[in-house]
Amino acid sequence: MKVTAKRIGSGLLSWLKGGSLLFSVSAFILSLLIAAVIILVSGFNPLKSYMALMVGAFGSWDNIATTLGTATPLIFAGLSVSIGKRAGFFNIGVEGQLLTGTLAAAIIGAYVKGLPAFIHIPLCFAGAWLVGGLIGVFSVKLKQIMKVSELIITVMLNYVILYLVDLIVNRFFLKPPGHLVRTIDIQKSARLATLVPHTRLNTGIFIAILAVAFLWWIYHKTRFGYEVTAAGLNKKAAETGGIRINRKVALAMFISGGLAAMGGAVETMGVHGFYIANMSAGYGYDGLTISIMGAGSPVGSTIAAVLFGALRAGSSNMNRTTNIPGEFITILQALVILFVSTPHLISFIFDKLSRKKALDCEVSG
Amino acid sequence: MPAEVVKMRGICKAFGSVRANDKVDLDIFKGEILTLLGENGAGKTTLMNVLYGLYQADSGSIAINGKAVHISSPLVATDLGISMVHQHFMLVNSMSVAENVVLGVEPRKGIFFDRAKSFEEITRLSQLYGLKVNAHDVVSKLPVGMKQRVEILKALYRQSDILIFDEPTAVLTPQEVNDFFGVLKSFKEAGKSIVLITHKLKEAIEVSDRIAIMRQGRMVDTLEKPFADINTLAELMVGRRIMFSIDRKLMPEELPVLMSLRQGTLKQDGVTRLADINLDLHGGEIHGIAGVDGNGQTELAEVLTGLSRLTSGEILIEGQVIKSPTPAKMLASRLGHIPEDRSTRGVISRFSVSENLILGYQTNKIFSGKVQLKHKKIEAFATETVKRYDIKCDKISDPIRTLSGGNQQKVVIGRVMSEDPLIVIAAQPTRGVDIGAIEYIHERIMELRDSGKAILLISADLDEVIKLSDRVSVMYGGRLVSTDLVSNYDERRLGALMAGQTEESLLKEAQ
Repeated sequence: MKVTAKRIGSGLLSWLKGGSLLFSVSAFILSLLIAAVIILVSGFNPLKSYMALMVGAFGSWDNIATTLGTATPLIFAGLSVSIGKRAGFFNIGVEGQLLTGTLAAAIIGAYVKGLPAFIHIPLCFAGAWLVGGLIGVFSVKLKQIMKVSELIITVMLNYVILYLVDLIVNRFFLKPPGHLVRTIDIQKSARLATLVPHTRLNTGIFIAILAVAFLWWIYHKTRFGYEVTAAGLNKKAAETGGIRINRKVALAMFISGGLAAMGGAVETMGVHGFYIANMSAGYGYDGLTISIMGAGSPVGSTIAAVLFGALRAGSSNMNRTTNIPGEFITILQALVILFVSTPHLISFIFDKLSRKKALDCEVSG
Repeated sequence: MPAEVVKMRGICKAFGSVRANDKVDLDIFKGEILTLLGENGAGKTTLMNVLYGLYQADSGSIAINGKAVHISSPLVATDLGISMVHQHFMLVNSMSVAENVVLGVEPRKGIFFDRAKSFEEITRLSQLYGLKVNAHDVVSKLPVGMKQRVEILKALYRQSDILIFDEPTAVLTPQEVNDFFGVLKSFKEAGKSIVLITHKLKEAIEVSDRIAIMRQGRMVDTLEKPFADINTLAELMVGRRIMFSIDRKLMPEELPVLMSLRQGTLKQDGVTRLADINLDLHGGEIHGIAGVDGNGQTELAEVLTGLSRLTSGEILIEGQVIKSPTPAKMLASRLGHIPEDRSTRGVISRFSVSENLILGYQTNKIFSGKVQLKHKKIEAFATETVKRYDIKCDKISDPIRTLSGGNQQKVVIGRVMSEDPLIVIAAQPTRGVDIGAIEYIHERIMELRDSGKAILLISADLDEVIKLSDRVSVMYGGRLVSTDLVSNYDERRLGALMAGQTEESLLKEAQ
């Protein structure tokens, strides 16, 4: 009796070790439970609130469309973090890389004229990818050459880019009369079609799905995927195996920055139709949590991205029907980050539980 | 019979489905040296970690001096007079010997650290047991043997009566080993009980009063003096007969030089790691490098495999100078590398067995096209290699970290050998590997030699170097201080050279 309980306990534990999808799910559930307590303490009904959240996210076709539309840039952000992490580079710069993508797409979309859509759209994406990718490469080169911590590089670059992008718009591309920091509308030929009217859902989601498949292919089928994963997992062993680490990691960061910028480009071309200040709304930072929740797998990140899309989409409905401020979602997300990024905390909690169970069995058996 | 200080009964400890200790009984008596003998993974260290409170046994009981105790942490163990000196020293490099020793139980003067008293105390202890350690020395400047003594001082300072040593001689020169055994005997005379964890048979016979043999988590036998011969001990330890000598094919007089290092010098951060090294590796010959760890062996392997670039000098393979060598270039020149540290350079622990089997050869046309890997071909290759090199694993898609050390090493060796290398740099090829696998690996290396390949064998295990090599160089302080046929050395000469004496001073001594 005791032995089986122990075995189940240790089996559970190994499942719950950080990095697996099941672990992420349990972390998420734990966050929901704790958030429920916070709602309760604040004087609201947690059950009602979560119902409102669910209805807001999935209650109607329009709501589902909003959820998926919100998820689209998040999918790109999650993938971007994921390939960086695979190469051993923790890319916190996704936010900035994403912003450059929004602007690059806005400029190419607006000022390159007379092209058919099937050329114009790919051109916008290519431009966005190039800019974002180069910033990714620049970040990793700073680390490789100057030995600066990637955390400092990428976080600081985010601020530099945030203000630089606004500066560029203000100086060169401001839409008159200039009350707002925004560019002129992009050409029709650069617009991504809206799939459900009056929602954010646009054809960009198909490109996101393509990107998921692309990354899956890289990870599982290509030599580059093998080499870059080796470099990320064990630099010295990869080096010993003749892998030119710096190059591979730089290429991975070109893809990472490129994917982030694609997320931004989709926002410009599918949702707004122009660049406007503060349009990223923290997608890049959400990408970090999404990637960790997705346990490094492209499909996992996609599921996590949809979940986060649902939280964002559902929060306004929750706010309307229960008066819980929309910021509550931020608390929930923070809890998710806390639990997902501290695997030991979860293991510790479950370890205590399973040990107690084992002891109980010992007594009764 | 003196009273038993420690009485362990029915100790069980499982890790997942592996039973590291299965109903183990062990007695330790006052004033004895007890050796725990067994292969890697036999459960010796686990058992001692249970006694030291690092692990909690799943079941079983421990009594110290006749009193049942529950050892829940090393702190409790220390209070009970038990100390353990681990394989990897736990010292603060930037602090002095005395500071390291008293760390955690510092003598105080009011609320302040009483530095003077700690120096006094450590000097006294060191003299009492003839340890010859200077309390004021900074730990980072000490040789390995001295660092070990600092660890021993820690145990003495905490007034331990039971001292456990985990593979203490792995890092010592033959002379240092002798000194160390001397120290152990003085502890024994002082009435302390010593437990020695080792898989070296010779040492066990030389120094112990009793030998307890473990195999696969069980206590197989406990022997009293006089002990059986090495072969019987080995059989008890492994559970089957082991071949101790290897037949070697006779090679012709003139062997081709396949690889050379000319005037190889390596400086890193202003420190000379390798000084003017000349080395020829002949096809059909195993060239052993003897030396205490840290005398440039690692750097020599790194230079030869392209991981480090020489400051000056050149590397030739089959007479061709290799310009700016890189690991990829050396691999392409059919140089196989068995890295000294399996976990950092040899394998990627989260990669599967098959992924690890192609590491270094992933650009090989058999395994990969321009962009995509050929997974089917890789799988077929891995399945065959696992079979051929007797690698024990459930599936080739299992992460390699689920394999035992010996089987992981077989992956590394199978990987190198399957590619038909011309030259093999084998650094510590059997470190952390059980006896059965050691035997197997030695046979494979011998096979390579017999088929005319050049092998450089770098090993901290002197017995291994002597057993396998045709020719031996001794490395000290980044230099090759001597190179000769193995039959021209005896253990005393090797030991003296490894400890830093020169051939000239040895000659003088002889006269």
